[in-house]
Amino acid sequence: MKPLYLLAIFPVIGFFGGLSFANRVEPYVLGLPFLFFWIILWVALTSVIMAVIYRFDPANKEEL
Amino acid sequence: MAVSLLIVGAFLIFSLFLGLKAKRGKDMDLEQWTVGGRGFGTMFVFLLMAGEIYTTFTFLGGSGWAYGKGGPALYILVYGTLAYVLSYWLLPPIWTYAKEKNLMSQSDFFVSKYKSPMLGVLVSLVGIAALIPYLVLQLKGLGIIVSEASYGAISPVISVWIGLITVTVYVMLSGIHGSAWTAVVKDLLILVIVVFLGIYLPIHYYGGFQPMFESIEAAKPGFLTLPDSGMSISWFISTIILTVFGYYMWPHTFASAYTAQNAKVFKKNAFLMPLYSVVLIFVLFVGFAAILKVPGLKGADGDLSLFRLSMQTFDPWMIGLIGAAGLLTALVPGSMMLMAAATLFAKNVYKAAVPSATDQQVAKLAKYLVPVIALIAAFFTFNGGNTIVTLLLMGYSLVTQLFPALLFSLFRSRFVTKQGAMAGIIAGVSIVAYTTLAGTTIGGLFPALPQPVKDLNIGIAALFFNVIFMLGVSALTRSSHVNKAADEEKTA
Repeated sequence: MKPLYLLAIFPVIGFFGGLSFANRVEPYVLGLPFLFFWIILWVALTSVIMAVIYRFDPANKEEL
Repeated sequence: MAVSLLIVGAFLIFSLFLGLKAKRGKDMDLEQWTVGGRGFGTMFVFLLMAGEIYTTFTFLGGSGWAYGKGGPALYILVYGTLAYVLSYWLLPPIWTYAKEKNLMSQSDFFVSKYKSPMLGVLVSLVGIAALIPYLVLQLKGLGIIVSEASYGAISPVISVWIGLITVTVYVMLSGIHGSAWTAVVKDLLILVIVVFLGIYLPIHYYGGFQPMFESIEAAKPGFLTLPDSGMSISWFISTIILTVFGYYMWPHTFASAYTAQNAKVFKKNAFLMPLYSVVLIFVLFVGFAAILKVPGLKGADGDLSLFRLSMQTFDPWMIGLIGAAGLLTALVPGSMMLMAAATLFAKNVYKAAVPSATDQQVAKLAKYLVPVIALIAAFFTFNGGNTIVTLLLMGYSLVTQLFPALLFSLFRSRFVTKQGAMAGIIAGVSIVAYTTLAGTTIGGLFPALPQPVKDLNIGIAALFFNVIFMLGVSALTRSSHVNKAADEEKTA
């Protein structure tokens, strides 16, 4: 298990762990109820995290 | 009014044309037909897999869920995203193994890993059982789309037949090449339409997103968050876990992982796909915009909300474009499902029963099974009543039961035996079938449990017993024979 792969745990923490406080309407962010904003934020962050893993994963260099 | 229908018709013919064109110049043996000769790059695999996400369930059902259920509809955004995270590690080993062993269907994988054609038959039957309701859902969606786009001139029954014939013809002629090309057209169209509707409607009717959400919150307090009981946080999390595990277990999704050129394609997709799924939020916005503007759609009629709001807003030509996009969201996944079900039956049920059948016979049978399966789906579409959502959830809970056996087959040490894998799948599937048919929930069975436990998706309980049975029976049946087989494979 490469330490880099541990980054993948953050989306799970973000989506699930954050719910108990993110499950609210106020405050609105970018015109969205807070829960909506929270979910979209984490979808975007997940993409960034997976891009980082892809970029730095040595397994991907071998195949080049 | 005829304009909208003309546009839908033009797209229908165009997608048929693409399917036929894709076929030209390719020798159509079973490998070309089902897995595109394993030659698809990042873009095509991306579109094929995206094609399976954006089905009529997301297009009509997503807006319908936002309309009828509110905040809990957000789960649609989360499960896809987490499934892509999982795919980074799950799909490359599946693809590598499938290429090495020249596998074509999902069941082939189980047969080869566990060295058991019987397990292949079981996995195929579970897959086909799960696919039928999913296919029925696409056909019902088609019926809604074509008949709404004709402003009621064409009845839903005739619309279903039109769609059904189109899907069948193009699957039989072009196989997966047809699906990939139509997926390209479909994705462009649906992206533009969904983003446009999701931004235009809230601004047009409410003057912006925040005013829209504020008026919904004022009219229905608590509608935009997860409730304390029912579709609560624990329902949300358990349903997402279940769907993430089930995501790649659909026979057609699993098999489309075989179409890739190399394993890296999936790793790239793992960060591209979440961005693509953000688009789903716009589908939800359409449903939210409809809540106060076309009130009164009850239950399954919530699926009509996108069309009803669009019809009172736009000219017929726009309805035609929306209808065309909707049509393609049913055609692409519908064709994949038909093909997967036909291949599974021909290759993993028929060929297991008649081992002497040649590859040509199996390929031919797979093709001729397409219209048969389409007709079975049509039968359930016309006789299924309102239980469509129940059936879809049952389908998802069913395929998820294949996940533990798959996961354990990827590990180097083979603890799980073929008997264990079968026992687990049978236990899980039986619990799902019983609880779905009896309409039971965990709360209904055990009213004394605390609320968060009662709200857990019952599929989780099935998955739990699945793993228990799988490990228990494996421990009992584990023999030196299995060890030997695993060792042989390791050294080979």
